[in-house]
Amino acid sequence: MTAVQEKPARLISGPGIVLVWFYGVMVVGAVSRSAYQIATDFDRAPLSYSLSAVAGVVYGFITYSLVRGGETARRAAQVCCAAELAGVLVVGTWTLIEPSAFHDSTVWSDYGMGYVFIPVLLPLSALYWLRKSRTPRP
Amino acid sequence: MLDALTLVTGVAALLLAAWCGWAAYRDQPTKDWHFIGMAVVSLLAVVQLVIGIVQLARGEKPEQGTTIFVAYLLGAFACIPAAGFMSLAERTRWGSVTVAAGAVVLAVLEVRLYDIWGG
Repeated sequence: MTAVQEKPARLISGPGIVLVWFYGVMVVGAVSRSAYQIATDFDRAPLSYSLSAVAGVVYGFITYSLVRGGETARRAAQVCCAAELAGVLVVGTWTLIEPSAFHDSTVWSDYGMGYVFIPVLLPLSALYWLRKSRTPRP
Repeated sequence: MLDALTLVTGVAALLLAAWCGWAAYRDQPTKDWHFIGMAVVSLLAVVQLVIGIVQLARGEKPEQGTTIFVAYLLGAFACIPAAGFMSLAERTRWGSVTVAAGAVVLAVLEVRLYDIWGG
C-alpha cells in the first residue's frame, strides 16, 4: 500500500489572499502599537495595552494558519476567528458601557472604530470564507 | 517639504487603489503597467522615508514622538511592495483587490504621518 501524501488545502487562493493581507496589516498594527505602549508607559492603561497585545497575538496566529493551509489549520483559524469576534464584541460593548475601565483606547475599543471597523468586519468575512473552503469528508 | 510629499504620496496611493480596483472589477490580475505604478508609489514612499530621516537628523522633532514617526515611515515604505508580491502569488482578480487594499492602507498611513509630524 502506498501512502498518498495529500497536499493541504490552500486557504489563501482567491479571496483568501485579501484576508491574509488585512490580517497581516492588523498584526503589524496591533503588535507594534502594543509593544510601543507597553514599553513606554504600561502603567497608564495596563488593561488596554494588554488587550491590544492579546489581539495582536490572535491576529498573528490566524495569519499563520491561513498561510499554512490544510484542514487542521482551517479549524484552528475558525476557532480563533470566533474568539476574535467574541473579543471585539465584548471589549467593544465594555468600552461603551464602562469607559472608565480603560485609560486609553485599544484595538478593539468601540468595535474597532479607530480602525474603520475592520476588527469587527474581518472575523465575519474570515468565518464565512473558512466555512466555504471546508474540505468535504471522504 | 515633507507635508507636500505626504500629500503627493497619499494621492498617488489613492489613484493606484482606484486603478487596481478597476482591474479587479474587470476580472483582471495585476499586469506590468500596474507594477510600474506600484514602483512609482513605492519610490515616493522611499523618498519620504529618506527625507523624514534627514529631517530628524537635522534635529526637527515630530509632534507625536520620533519612534512612532519612524515606525509609520517604515510601514508606509513596506506597504505596497508587500501587497505587490502577494498579487504575484495570486494571478487572479483577487491579487488586484489586494494591491488596491494595500494602496488604501498606505493612504491611511499618510494621513496618520501628517498628524504625527504635526502639519
